[in-house]
Amino acid sequence: MSDKIGNVWIFIEQEAGKIAPVSLELVSKGRELADRLGVKVEALLLGNGVAGLCDELFHYGCDKVFLAEDPRLEPFTVMPFAKVVMDLIREHKPNILLFGATLKGRELAPRVASEKLAGLTADCTDLSIDDFTDAKSGKEYHDKLMQRRPAFGGNILATIVNSWDDPQMATVREGVMKLGEPDLARTGEIEKVQVALTPAETVVKVIERVRADKTVDLRSAQIIVAGGYGVGSKENFKLIYDLADALGGEVGASRAAVDAGWIDHDHQIGQTGVTVRPRLYIACGISGSIQHRAGMSESKKIIAINTDPCAPIMSCAHYAIEGDLNQVIPLMIKAFKAKQN
Amino acid sequence: MSYRILVFVKQVPDTKNITGDAMTPEGTVNRAALPAIFNPEDLNALELALQLKERCGAEVIVATMGLPAAAETLRQALYRGADRALLVTDRALAGADTLATSYALSRLVGKLGGIDLVLCGRQAIDGDTAQVGPQIAEKLRWPQICYVEEVLELSKQSIRCRRSIDGGYEILEAPLPALLTVVDANDPRPMNAHRIMKYKRAKSAGEIRGALKGDPDADAKAEAALAELKAQGLLIEELSAAAIEADPNRIGFAGSPTKVKQVISVVLTAGEAKKVSADAAGVSELIHELISDHTLG
Repeated sequence: MSDKIGNVWIFIEQEAGKIAPVSLELVSKGRELADRLGVKVEALLLGNGVAGLCDELFHYGCDKVFLAEDPRLEPFTVMPFAKVVMDLIREHKPNILLFGATLKGRELAPRVASEKLAGLTADCTDLSIDDFTDAKSGKEYHDKLMQRRPAFGGNILATIVNSWDDPQMATVREGVMKLGEPDLARTGEIEKVQVALTPAETVVKVIERVRADKTVDLRSAQIIVAGGYGVGSKENFKLIYDLADALGGEVGASRAAVDAGWIDHDHQIGQTGVTVRPRLYIACGISGSIQHRAGMSESKKIIAINTDPCAPIMSCAHYAIEGDLNQVIPLMIKAFKAKQN
Repeated sequence: MSYRILVFVKQVPDTKNITGDAMTPEGTVNRAALPAIFNPEDLNALELALQLKERCGAEVIVATMGLPAAAETLRQALYRGADRALLVTDRALAGADTLATSYALSRLVGKLGGIDLVLCGRQAIDGDTAQVGPQIAEKLRWPQICYVEEVLELSKQSIRCRRSIDGGYEILEAPLPALLTVVDANDPRPMNAHRIMKYKRAKSAGEIRGALKGDPDADAKAEAALAELKAQGLLIEELSAAAIEADPNRIGFAGSPTKVKQVISVVLTAGEAKKVSADAAGVSELIHELISDHTLG
């Protein structure tokens, strides 16, 4: 191993000409890690006709974009992507490689890590640089990536370190890293990548692909009104929508409400849904399982409305309203409208 | 036409239903107090395999890597319709992260030979990593199709699946052999009463020997019992690290690049919530406060 450490790499996920929000969040975080280590932030942008996205990556802090364009890289399929990423790793030896913990990231990252024989930590919620001493071998490691992730159904938080050769790989949950302010004057270098695919990597064929953009954008919402099992029925979710409409917010839900079929999965907040940190989170009839709290506990202000004063949600709320949401929500709408006039 | 389908399953602690009993006074999880269950999405993978068996004809082999107690999970797979059960168990495999685990499991696939399809649940509820499936596929240099909802077509050459993507679905076709990870998109069948009657006697060598502990004639009796179970098709076959010809440097702790630096429990902290009365006055005051500090409006 050489003394010079490699750069921080971010795998950029794009779909329909747009960069996934988590990828930009990771560029922001990558900038912070790279500054700490004194290295560069470099992005891996794969697709076809995606060169126009490079500027945005520079604005958020990338120094360089490795641009791989090829018709076989659109739409995303895992094996060609893994091949291109692996070839780049072999050539440039990055120190850190981050992916969004999205459906794509979670199938691509393990494929790459397996081939590279690199450690991979899934679903991280925090990353930092620190030293590490392996308790078993006594070996000391300098400036390693501390990868914090929930495990065991969210009941523990583990800090994981990759003790083998670089890159240190992780997938990172959407919405947990803060998006920096873009600097529109910032520029960077584009390095075009020769895409070398063999028939072995293109054996999987996409026969049909049907997708639509999500109808809700919970991550960027400043106000979220979320309903849980206590809402009681699909019809009654209208109350949640009414309050969200009145306050100018989005509608969220706990897993229990999604599983009950009262609302679409796109609205789910928590460990298996989206992580949010709005200015105001109103939890209506949500008991507050550890999995749900993992997705919302960093909201600036939390109001919990629950008939059970001992519900776990009450312990992470700033305002606890013990009462029936069917009565409290109309009162809130009325009070807000009255104050506005 | 018959296929050989291998389903990987895992016995996991029931992390979704942690009650007060499973918490220690320090607020940490007492794993021993949690019931061990069949990982939920592995049941979906097994169900998919059994449906393919009914549709196209297949031998469904179910396998796990774990402690000797994981034989119970394999028995439950036999109760549901699996044809054969394999338990990869060895102290040398302990402490494995996903890389070491996928290596060992890929060795088992190689050892068995002639497997057309490997099915895994998308992820296990103890680690939630979803990494082992794709890593097995890579180790075998097989194509992978993740997040499979249903199999539309299966032929000796290829498989066509519908799988979930962000905001929709895809239909993908891959040549065989291939590995699929399966999501919660089917209803796993219940255990079959007739099969329970038959397979409740299915045992692993470890279970047979454990039951004979202290018996002066244990070895001979175990050998006889194992031979009998095998003849009846009731043996849960055990394989050691050596039996799957695993490189000792690539399994268990030694084969795991990721190390755990620290584990902290997520403890419920005592709330400092401001109590708001659930009446017009209380709610009105709250709204006023939120407007004044610019949270609202």
